[in-house]
Amino acid sequence: MTQSPAERLQIRRSARNGWWLSTPALVLLFVAAAGPLVIMLIYSFLTPGQYGNVVGVFSTDGWRGIIWSKDIFTDEYVLADAHMTIFWRSLSLSMMTTIFTFIVGFPTAWFIATRPPSQRAMWLFLITIPFWTNLLIRTYAINEVLRKEGLVNLVFLNLGIIDQPLEMLYGPFAIFVGMTYVYLPLMVLPLFAAIDRFDMKLLEAGYDLYASRMQVLRRIIMPIVKPGIIAGSILVFVPSLGAYVTPRVLGGGKQMMIGNFIELQFGQGRNWPLGAALSMALLVVVMIALLVYVRYANKDGGKHHG
Amino acid sequence: MTEEVTISARNVIKAFGQGSASVRALDDVSVDIRKGEFFTLLGPSGCGKTTLLRLIAGFEMPTGGTIELDGVDITTLPPNKRPVNTVFQSYALFPHLTVAQNIGFGLQMQGKPAAQVKARTNEMLELVKLESLANRKVGQMSGGQQQRVALARALAPQPKVLLLDEPLSALDLQLRKEMQSELKRLQMETGITFVFVTHDQEEALTMSDRIGVMSNGKLQQVGTPKEIYTTPKNRFVASFIGETNFLPGTAEDGAVRLSNGDRIAVETLRAVDKGRAVTVTVRPEQVRIGPAGKDALAAKVTSLVYFGTDTHCHVALSDGTEIVVRLQSPASGDAGLSIGQDVGISFGPGAAQVVED
Amino acid sequence: MARSSFSVARLPGFATTAVLVFFALYLPIFTLVAYSFNASQSVAVWGGFSLEWYAKAWDNQQVKDATLRSLIIAVSAALIATTVATMAALGTTRRREFKGQGFIYVMINQPLMVPEIVTAVALLILFGILKTNAAEIGGPIGYFVDTVMNKGLGFIILAHSAFCIPFAYLPIRARLEGMDLSLETAAADLYATPWQTFRRITLPLMAPGIVAGAMLAFVISLDDVVITEFVKGAGQDTLPTYMLGQLRRQLTPEINAISTMLLAVTVVLLTAFFLLTRKKD
Repeated sequence: MTQSPAERLQIRRSARNGWWLSTPALVLLFVAAAGPLVIMLIYSFLTPGQYGNVVGVFSTDGWRGIIWSKDIFTDEYVLADAHMTIFWRSLSLSMMTTIFTFIVGFPTAWFIATRPPSQRAMWLFLITIPFWTNLLIRTYAINEVLRKEGLVNLVFLNLGIIDQPLEMLYGPFAIFVGMTYVYLPLMVLPLFAAIDRFDMKLLEAGYDLYASRMQVLRRIIMPIVKPGIIAGSILVFVPSLGAYVTPRVLGGGKQMMIGNFIELQFGQGRNWPLGAALSMALLVVVMIALLVYVRYANKDGGKHHG
Repeated sequence: MTEEVTISARNVIKAFGQGSASVRALDDVSVDIRKGEFFTLLGPSGCGKTTLLRLIAGFEMPTGGTIELDGVDITTLPPNKRPVNTVFQSYALFPHLTVAQNIGFGLQMQGKPAAQVKARTNEMLELVKLESLANRKVGQMSGGQQQRVALARALAPQPKVLLLDEPLSALDLQLRKEMQSELKRLQMETGITFVFVTHDQEEALTMSDRIGVMSNGKLQQVGTPKEIYTTPKNRFVASFIGETNFLPGTAEDGAVRLSNGDRIAVETLRAVDKGRAVTVTVRPEQVRIGPAGKDALAAKVTSLVYFGTDTHCHVALSDGTEIVVRLQSPASGDAGLSIGQDVGISFGPGAAQVVED
Repeated sequence: MARSSFSVARLPGFATTAVLVFFALYLPIFTLVAYSFNASQSVAVWGGFSLEWYAKAWDNQQVKDATLRSLIIAVSAALIATTVATMAALGTTRRREFKGQGFIYVMINQPLMVPEIVTAVALLILFGILKTNAAEIGGPIGYFVDTVMNKGLGFIILAHSAFCIPFAYLPIRARLEGMDLSLETAAADLYATPWQTFRRITLPLMAPGIVAGAMLAFVISLDDVVITEFVKGAGQDTLPTYMLGQLRRQLTPEINAISTMLLAVTVVLLTAFFLLTRKKD
């Protein structure tokens, strides 16, 4: 059915209004969120200045510095072991956090979703509060639990499980605990959304057809709530990869993750192009992960819940 | 169909809620279902038929009473340990699996070897005529096709009893009639005991070997369709199945005297009942209209309703009691009766039954 | 005679794990709050119940300045973000989907998808350029950049406003989409101009969503650490960045007291938000 000129005019006007109304937000976001990324990209191709900042000389050293470092004596490019350690640490910590938050988050989401409707809002509220609490406060709270005079040591010492207080802080373990604690709600919420949509009658059908409880979990529940699992995993993996506060507070100075390493370049490291390049690289990795999710969600989304 | 009993429910009680607010969905129900029969639980919604089915399947446990399967007490057995399979009202097909994978699921869970699973799945696909859709995901199929998948999936593990929870209620009339004969054919071919739940009395009458009529958590009557229809035990069964007329009166010797003095001969009246207030029930198609005379009850025609194949004639006795008469419409369409006409009412032999209230 | 039921939704160990998780989720926070009342300085020993750390925090000039700054920034950013997000929500809902609408969604939600450290660094660079070149630009613009933006909290407010936009946008949009269009049609039928309809019908009906969005933006701005840390100038600490600095030095329960107060504010606002957005049928 073709549209009349009057209809087309109205549609165009509606679209134009839509654009006009969105413009202030777009401008603000471009100036203070998206635009600066472009400038950062440019900076990644410049040369470090003497006292920080950059000089306007083109160079790919920023990008090369991600993986290689120039030997100060021979001017050769060698693999930067220290960098690799940091990348590997970030990647492994993020993955461990993602996996562990899934292992404890899935039962939690299942629990909330199977509460009677009258209780459900309360449980959701309880899992959401920590999510909105200041990241710093939450990280510091883990500090209170893990340090030498903290809660865990207090309890263990009093119970006689250990003689000396355990040194748990300022290592990968503390960062792992901190990130799990901080990002757990981000795993639980999408899982809950997926489980909430799940048709419980399918469980009855599974048991009717001789499945054990584990088989029902593995063969019926998991495949159907997979979109929620992917969403939760992305929501945990992405921020934990770029974590800055948690490794800084709980890792001491030594256990740097990518976020801290980036900051270093703008501080003592005095290598802004490297810092910019690292940030862009991090952004690219995150974008790839998001694209993978979007692709997967669009491929399978909706079909399982019809 | 043998006389051998496969499912035996004894004094089953199922209560929901606590204390004074507790409601009995099943109130002391006992029934025996025979091996190889097509048994239907029939009743209005809320009568407890689905609850009883779920107790047999194992999704709920009774508050009291026992359930036995082939002599084994299965009352507290979890559903995945009972050799009983269910066809759900909403089908409950696994959306992430294909038709073939759905059908083979039960056998896989039982740990049967892959070759056997495949062979049996193909057998089932042939049985319900869905061979071409074996690798289709179930979400893209019509209601009728989904229903057949649900059926095949439940039959594949060769259960001792197949439970069907109003499986045809979501289908349109045409499809429903087709599936009714399909189900009957399947049952006779496989010889598996079917326990079928429905609220549609016509469905129950056409498909069942025996029917259990339920109301308010109690089993009202169990019998063959013919028995249920012609000799209903109480008022509920009489009015739930088909249409009927109710005539209140007092019991006498071999007859019931109506309030207007008319006397109806009833064969099955016991001597003990003499003097009691009873209700007579007569099916509309067993009422005869003839000329007014001394062997017939005096009545006046109050209305005529033309139904195509039938014509319903409403008549009123001298005390106002209304009787509906079902006549086969004559070829001309005109039953030859007119409103206000005086007629005589009589009943066929054995047509008048006395029912408990 | 009661029997045990077969619960289909029960999975072994799940309920226990869930309860343990909730417990583990709140335990650290309770510990932190509990220690804020500890009379003794050494955080190991419980020296008795005391409010001295709260008193110390209240007396601490740096804390007071930082809190004031946080509030100014949060209120400003919330106002700007909410206004701009309201317009954007009005522009992207309840109309035929137009070309480029997807682009607008991506832009609005972009702060949610980009790691904070990346945005922080990018803003550091951009604002750095503006700050150093302010003197060279000269004139009113240079003055503006130097005073309001740099020495005033302008740059920080600008940054916060931007990343608060998606948080304000989502509840407003949700509210708009759930609104009954026929009410506005009725108003038009009763001779109201589009502006009158907007002011008298649409806006009041949207109000709960706008308030919810503003509150969310306020909380997000109040809590921000990373971006503020990179964008702030010397002596421009907000409460979270002050706390971050303190964590590097000696730890006294004063930090706990400050944290507890911030926590209380967040919980109150969140509860209000939850109650506001509960669907009342």
